[in-house]
Amino acid sequence: MRILLNRRLPSLRLLRYGNCVWNQHNQAGELAMNVNLSADEMAFRDQVRKFFAEKYPADIRFKTDNGIELERDDYIRWQKILYAQGWAAINWPVEYGGTGWSAVQKYIFANEIAEANAPDMVPFGVKMVAPVIYTFGNEAQKQRFLPDILQSNAWWCQGYSEPGSGSDLASLKTRAERMHDHYLVNGTKTWTTLAHMADWIFCLVRTSSDVARRQEGISFLLIDMNTPGVSVKPIITIEGEREVNEVHFENVRVPFGNLIGEEGKGWTYGKVLLQHERTNLAGTARSIFQMRRLKARAMQALHGGEPLMNDRNFARKFAATEIELKALEYTDLRTLAAVAIGKAPGPESSILKIRGTEVSQAIAALCMEAAGYYALPWIPSQYSVGFPVAERIGLGSETRTSLRYFNNRKASIYGGSNEIQKNIISKHVLGL
Amino acid sequence: MDFSLTEEQEMLVESVSRFIDNDYDFDGRQKNAASETGFSNELWRTFAELGWTAVPFSEADGGLGGGPVELMLMMQQFGRGLVIEPFLANIVLAGGVLRRLATTEQKSRWLQPLIAGELQAALGFAEPQGRFNSADVATVAKRAGDGFVLNGRKNLVLNGGNAALIIIPARTSGKQKDRSGITLFAIDGGSAGITRKAYKTVDGHQAAEISLADVRVAPKAVLGDIGLGFDTLQSVMDEATLAVSAEAIGIIRAMHDKTVEYTKNRVQFGVPIGSFQALQHRLVDTLVACEQTYSLLLWTAMVCAANDPAASRAISALKYQVGSAGMHVAREAVQLHGGMGVTWELDIAHFFKRMTSIELLFGNTDYHLDRYVSLS
Repeated sequence: MRILLNRRLPSLRLLRYGNCVWNQHNQAGELAMNVNLSADEMAFRDQVRKFFAEKYPADIRFKTDNGIELERDDYIRWQKILYAQGWAAINWPVEYGGTGWSAVQKYIFANEIAEANAPDMVPFGVKMVAPVIYTFGNEAQKQRFLPDILQSNAWWCQGYSEPGSGSDLASLKTRAERMHDHYLVNGTKTWTTLAHMADWIFCLVRTSSDVARRQEGISFLLIDMNTPGVSVKPIITIEGEREVNEVHFENVRVPFGNLIGEEGKGWTYGKVLLQHERTNLAGTARSIFQMRRLKARAMQALHGGEPLMNDRNFARKFAATEIELKALEYTDLRTLAAVAIGKAPGPESSILKIRGTEVSQAIAALCMEAAGYYALPWIPSQYSVGFPVAERIGLGSETRTSLRYFNNRKASIYGGSNEIQKNIISKHVLGL
Repeated sequence: MDFSLTEEQEMLVESVSRFIDNDYDFDGRQKNAASETGFSNELWRTFAELGWTAVPFSEADGGLGGGPVELMLMMQQFGRGLVIEPFLANIVLAGGVLRRLATTEQKSRWLQPLIAGELQAALGFAEPQGRFNSADVATVAKRAGDGFVLNGRKNLVLNGGNAALIIIPARTSGKQKDRSGITLFAIDGGSAGITRKAYKTVDGHQAAEISLADVRVAPKAVLGDIGLGFDTLQSVMDEATLAVSAEAIGIIRAMHDKTVEYTKNRVQFGVPIGSFQALQHRLVDTLVACEQTYSLLLWTAMVCAANDPAASRAISALKYQVGSAGMHVAREAVQLHGGMGVTWELDIAHFFKRMTSIELLFGNTDYHLDRYVSLS
């Protein structure tokens, strides 16, 4: 695929424009870019597509296609299949077991996994803590933790937010006291996604209060969830399901060997991680898939009625969302292009987070509208394993519409709320 | 120009308001919502004892003779309190039909027990294929002997799982979307041939999917004239739209107030987040949305109270405003509450879900904007 900066297109040059990467028009005035895949890239796409067709287990596919919640074992079984293929750690350096793929290959993979409606790797291990470990960890830590992450032997969760520290993360209070041969950890983390399934948690903890800036004195600590004193309390979210938790630490003894990098430098490491997190938040391939499903649903004629897609109001809203999504897809590609020439995802990734979550929320709202009165039944049990799909109340083709819609209100709040993203852009991009 | 309330209206507001403040806490509401019936029968009897279930009915029928203004006043309070007791289904929908069409005999059989809080009732105002068009009636009633046999399906029958009386619009003549040829039937919920799948709705209320397979009804089950039920159905739907719009205003005002309070107390970066101008302006916008919507509610209630022929158009204007401005306030309230806004524990999430339901109920924003245009 030629995106923005293809070397085979000499008329296209990249301009640095503030902190954003812009492309230039060629002499003919056309946007000099081409989304056609090269022969190699097409072959790669076919290979990925074939893999999903053959290796994505039919029983798990049935669940994702029908909105049935996956269990821990489903994730692990699928992730081990990805690992066996060598595709578990797409972004890792090759030396640790990564793919070494180009930006275009990663883009193709993201599209194909979305088209297959297959789950992504649970991000906390492979996408979040692993880059910190292989960038800042010591050799022993790399050897100890990376293989288990790669092979899905260990499930990780993220211990950043606290009840009093959300947008203001640096105010965190969970403290790790240095004892003679271990840290003693006390405090509470919150919004911990899937902590009830996790073996390990990576935490930002305060190791010193005697600091000039609050960002200093924070350390990056890996904690075994089975350590005495760690307890997990569910938080039920708006749609009525358990996804996030509070994690309490009461006199938890953590070996010194679980400290990543230097004591007091955790904020720097954590920030790197947050930027990795942000690049995963645009979710354009998933949104494109959702839009296609929604369209198929809205094209179906209800018994004796008109297809909703014939309703001009709905068609216009659908179109507006589709256009916004197309713009987002190309903003995403521009970021990808910047990464391809060796630039780290910078503050512009905040744009993706803001628009990505807004678009996904708009799609979820359109799905509610398409479902009409069938958006209103609240029957989580009909999406559980073993409940006959044919006996669900609703239009046959829709799955978890309202559960997804309500749950997805979190998207503009997590991962650095969209307000925080705007602060980042105004400070680092606009220089205000 | 006088927006003041009469003494009776003030008393009604005070009565409901005091109840919401003192006897209707959120935890109890949640507990009752999770129960099998989905609400508290005991509280429902209290509603009846306090006379609220009698408000919209004429004194001749044993009611208090209230109109749209009284309905609006009560529903705002119910919105503020997130009340789940089936006032809308019993009193506005089923009661609205009975009040307009029932004979003396039918009233004594159904309306009096309804007002007394002893009868649970429902109205099947929607069918799966019909979306928001209540004239789209595919349920058929065929004459059989001196009675009728009904076949068809109704969705989102509010209070349908609990209802001993279900009012079913069915087609006795005409084509599927014709306004003429619709007849309203009062049917015993336990009749042979009725299958009910009861469920909870996203907002903590309850409803049912009801199918009718060869349900036999006697002639005395017919409410009003054969084939002329649609006008009544539409009047009742209009009143219900006014009711949920008023409820929505109670909801968004509560959401706005709670959000302002939250931003004053939630400290991040060493200061209350309400001190940030970026948030202050957003809260000013939600205040404006609440006030504008309330103004339109007052206008609509007055137009309705005057029996103005433009009442339907005013109601559509209001529902459009409630859907657009109301959802704006609701989204902002959740967003500004951060993670807490999307927890089950906090009432904000439940206000949000009720507002979302109301956006869809009796026609969404687009539907009512279209209807406003067509009535202009």
